[in-house]
Amino acid sequence: MKRLAFMALAPFCVLLLQGCAGWQSALDPKGPAAGELAWLIWFFTALCAVVWVLVMIALAAPLVMRSRPGDEPLLLNAGAERRKMRVVVSAVGLTAIILIGLTLLSFFANRTLAAIGSDAALTIRVTGHQWWWEVRYENATPSRILTTANEVHIPAGEPVRLLLTSTDVIHSFWIPSLAGKLDLIPGHMNVLDIKADKPGVYRGQCAEFCGAQHANMGTFIIAEPRSKFDAWLNDQLQPAGAPASGEAKAGADLFLKRPCVMCHRIGGTPAGGTVAPDLTHIASRKTLAAGTLTMSRGNLAAWIADPQGIKPGSHMPVADLNGDELNAIVAYLEGLK
Amino acid sequence: MSSADVTGDRHIQEPDPAKGDLAPEREGPRDTGMDDASLHRWLERTWRTPSGIFGALSSVDHKVIARRYLITAFVFLCLGGLNAVAMRIQLSGPQRGLIGPDLYNQLFTMHGVTMMFLFAVPIVQATGIYLVPLMVGTRNIAFPRLNAFSYWIYVSGGAFAWVSFALNMAPDVGWFAYVPLSGPEFASGKRADVWAQMITYTEVSSLAVAVATIVTVFKQRAPGMSLDKIPLYVWAMLVTSFVVVFAMPAVMITSTFLILDRLVGTHIFNPAEGGDALLFQHLFWFFGHPEVYIIFLPATGMVSSIIPAFARRPTFGHLGLVLSLFAVGLLSFGLWVHHMFATGLPKLGASFFTASSMMIAIPNGVQIFCWLATLWDGRPVIRTPLLFVFGFFFIFVIGGLTGVMLASVPLDLQVHDTYFVVAHFHYVLIGGSVFPLLGAAYFWFPKISGRMMSERLGRWHFWLAFIGFNAAFFPMHLVGLWGMPRRVYTYPAELGWGNINLFISAGALLFFLSFVLFTFNLVHGALKGTSAGNNPWDAGTLEWATSSPPPSYNFARIPVVTHIEPLWAEREALPVATGLRVDARELLISTVAEAYPDIREKSATPSIWPLLAALAVGGTFLYSIFTPWAIVWGAAPIAITLIGWFWPKGDPEDQE
Amino acid sequence: MKQRAAADLSGLPTFGHGPRSPTWWGTLGFMALEGTGFALAAGAYLYLALSWPAWPLSAPQPNHWPGTIVTILFVVSLVPNHILHRYAKQCSMVPVRIGLVVMSLLGIAPLVVRWFEFPALNIYWDTNAYGSMLWVLLGLHTTHLITDVGDTIVLTVLMFTRHGYSGRRFGDVGDNVFYWDFVVLTWIPIYLLIYWAPRLG
Repeated sequence: MKRLAFMALAPFCVLLLQGCAGWQSALDPKGPAAGELAWLIWFFTALCAVVWVLVMIALAAPLVMRSRPGDEPLLLNAGAERRKMRVVVSAVGLTAIILIGLTLLSFFANRTLAAIGSDAALTIRVTGHQWWWEVRYENATPSRILTTANEVHIPAGEPVRLLLTSTDVIHSFWIPSLAGKLDLIPGHMNVLDIKADKPGVYRGQCAEFCGAQHANMGTFIIAEPRSKFDAWLNDQLQPAGAPASGEAKAGADLFLKRPCVMCHRIGGTPAGGTVAPDLTHIASRKTLAAGTLTMSRGNLAAWIADPQGIKPGSHMPVADLNGDELNAIVAYLEGLK
Repeated sequence: MSSADVTGDRHIQEPDPAKGDLAPEREGPRDTGMDDASLHRWLERTWRTPSGIFGALSSVDHKVIARRYLITAFVFLCLGGLNAVAMRIQLSGPQRGLIGPDLYNQLFTMHGVTMMFLFAVPIVQATGIYLVPLMVGTRNIAFPRLNAFSYWIYVSGGAFAWVSFALNMAPDVGWFAYVPLSGPEFASGKRADVWAQMITYTEVSSLAVAVATIVTVFKQRAPGMSLDKIPLYVWAMLVTSFVVVFAMPAVMITSTFLILDRLVGTHIFNPAEGGDALLFQHLFWFFGHPEVYIIFLPATGMVSSIIPAFARRPTFGHLGLVLSLFAVGLLSFGLWVHHMFATGLPKLGASFFTASSMMIAIPNGVQIFCWLATLWDGRPVIRTPLLFVFGFFFIFVIGGLTGVMLASVPLDLQVHDTYFVVAHFHYVLIGGSVFPLLGAAYFWFPKISGRMMSERLGRWHFWLAFIGFNAAFFPMHLVGLWGMPRRVYTYPAELGWGNINLFISAGALLFFLSFVLFTFNLVHGALKGTSAGNNPWDAGTLEWATSSPPPSYNFARIPVVTHIEPLWAEREALPVATGLRVDARELLISTVAEAYPDIREKSATPSIWPLLAALAVGGTFLYSIFTPWAIVWGAAPIAITLIGWFWPKGDPEDQE
Repeated sequence: MKQRAAADLSGLPTFGHGPRSPTWWGTLGFMALEGTGFALAAGAYLYLALSWPAWPLSAPQPNHWPGTIVTILFVVSLVPNHILHRYAKQCSMVPVRIGLVVMSLLGIAPLVVRWFEFPALNIYWDTNAYGSMLWVLLGLHTTHLITDVGDTIVLTVLMFTRHGYSGRRFGDVGDNVFYWDFVVLTWIPIYLLIYWAPRLG
């Protein structure tokens, strides 16, 4: 019957092979921290598997023994008891040695991780909100401070320091293929150093339950070569472009007249709200509503028309817009590259 | 052993009636020399639960209360299981729209709250309420009215949570309800208040049971049951009760602080006014980690009872097992921070908690190795209870080993709050506690009901549960490593978690079905099972010395214990003590270490007041969700019912 | 199962004082869990105090006099409390009745002064976390005090009835003495924390 159990477990092996190449997987590391951790995970897993198999062999052993002769439960073989005691004591000793080894291993792994970001040149403050991420590139020159949302562009191959905090509830920033998670806690500031070895897009999402839309609080680390990153940063620092078409112009006017401006900011316009994502270059981002929808004209319209249907409970209210008005606003936002 | 050894003459100090202002001691008939039939008539008349509904509500018999506890906890298990099934249907594919976030968040919160506070802790305590007095050879638990009160508190607290759920008012902030999410600013409505008050309220019952259990073990052991002859299950319940006494106040303090922040505007957890959100986590996990051992340690006691019965020998390494229990109980208070590695604590402090979390694996290892060594004497008798113990080894060892992984700070940062952790704690809690509990159900069901459960159905049940469990929870390790966080009501298709989640949901359904089969086997056994006799497994501890089910007075004469497995050592005739009154609820109080007979004390008679007191306390708590003045208004009914409870009524038990 | 008589319990007494009695152990159990609660509340205060450099958050210092008077009353009450204990062990009714009346009054007295302690904290519970912790600590101990004083008064009344002439009731008096010691004992650290810890910073 045990065999039956192993047969039931067989499909997992297939799934295991299929799943390693995930977009958001701790087993598919793309940076030194996640690499160190993946190695640690595999090492612990292998060692634990060996221990488990040994315990299972010890458990199965009596099943093939002969029954105890007689039925006098208090009659024990003193020699056998002594041998057992030796075995048990050695097993406990071995357990202790393994545990001390693993403790030291994790201590040194921790030191390796701490060394990754010691010379980070770029500091980014990530603030958690229900349910999106405010991303601010710190700079000594106030005009060079950039505020954006949900996507964190970083130069590939360089360590970057993230300062994590929150203004509402506790969130947790986690990009599995780059590093372990760290919480964003109101009243606290945490430091997470990350580094992506190669350019690429690495997905992550909030890992600490934070209310209704915890499930739809995605984020992306976008690692680019240094030159591309610098160009991106310079683009983002520019104010929003002027509306290109008549429809977009009408959209811009509508945006400024409607309650949108209470929460959203668009650089270079009077819209200056700070409680919701900065929209200055919204069309340059890959997704909408913190990874909930991919960026497209249709999704922009859908999101503005029915935020509560797409992300129930989110703080984006339903705006009272007719079809033309909606199209106009979408045309405007779509142009904010 | 001679009777002089156990009576310990040096301990008997007759009070000097000339000196004290005492009513003269009333005499009543004693059991000495009485024939069995009249002894049974007398004891039954004295100890029985009165008939009728009023009588049932007044019962203080530990077995009656424990049965109610067990059935109630089983009902909550089924409800919590249905929560899980609903969640698994929603998660069986990406972007399913069956359940929205509002309901889903209530579902997983209710699942956690129900399983932890309304199923796991109560059921292990209930098993103890039933078995501990029988195993130590006494006639009722210590403080029987307090025990009845605990049950009423527990059942009303559970009903309160589930009625809130039916009214769409159930907590939706997770079973550990972190602030600020559960605080006044971000959790409007009454949902988080329900969590806070329900926790404080139901933990009153756990604490009361813990105190009653400790005193039963300390003071009511049969003569001769010195510390070295206490069964391992009783040790496990004793250590568990101590852990409850020192851990549960932490969660009550946490939930009280939360309700104060929410209700009267204190700022204990508000960082803007000098409070701190992390304080909540420290307080909660100071309870929360020992909580795991509150659930697990009694299960180790069950394993230690089942294995010797089927391996046909006493447990190997009895002293080692007892010391391990104490070591685990003690260490469980030193590793709460490993739930908080991702909060960014100072690295050195976190490393200390890695070491302490690793260390607790040593006493747990000692337990595992001693049990294995007990089994190595020859092929054990394979019956359903032992099958579940084998399942326990298979599953719990995996859970323990993934626990070692979680103890490592850096590794934890990848798997914390993901499905890997969900897999881990279900392996630990279901493997470590539910499988032994199921084994225990098959093992002690004959004692409780007088009938056997079906062995054939039992084996089917085991394999269904075993395969269903592993199919449901093993893949969760993987999906967690692939980046799936816990507590998400949906996930995008492009992350590729769809197939594996479908597989998990199928396994969960199978696991749920195994409980349907179990329920059928229970009912079938209770109605149609073959008669069990006193000792169907030929086990060695005292609960098997009396009839199945035991009479209201447990033992016609109090047994005298001469060995750790008294029934194996005294096959010819069980030594017993005589001299107790039969017309009043008299039981024996013995000394703590040696269990010398010391006092003939009266045990409390049935009373309706514990129920009334529970209603008064419950009403106060319920009302307190709406106004803090409830505490003031509730004080009077609580005081009145408590006075009614303790005021002597002139029974023989109240004399002397 | 066959039985053989091996011990005779008929000569045992029907009650015992102190650790011989289960009630004493039950009382000890409840002290342990209440003590844990107090320790954790005090720990929470210290945690916040150490987390904030500006503790006590620029609040005015509490006026310690009502608290000091309560403390003196508590310490003084220990003397009659232990005299009462001696008589309870001797099961002698008249001094026990007098002692219980005295202890009821010595329970009510600090409760009256306690009323003036709350305003003397010089801060409200909803001003900031420091105020919250002060009120919580004082409130917890006050609840503790009220329940014990209520318990003492009920027991006093009981000892004036015919039910009092019973060994177990005298045992209850002994446990009540034990519990009052605990009420006093838990107050000392809370007193120091509320009134003197802010003066240190």
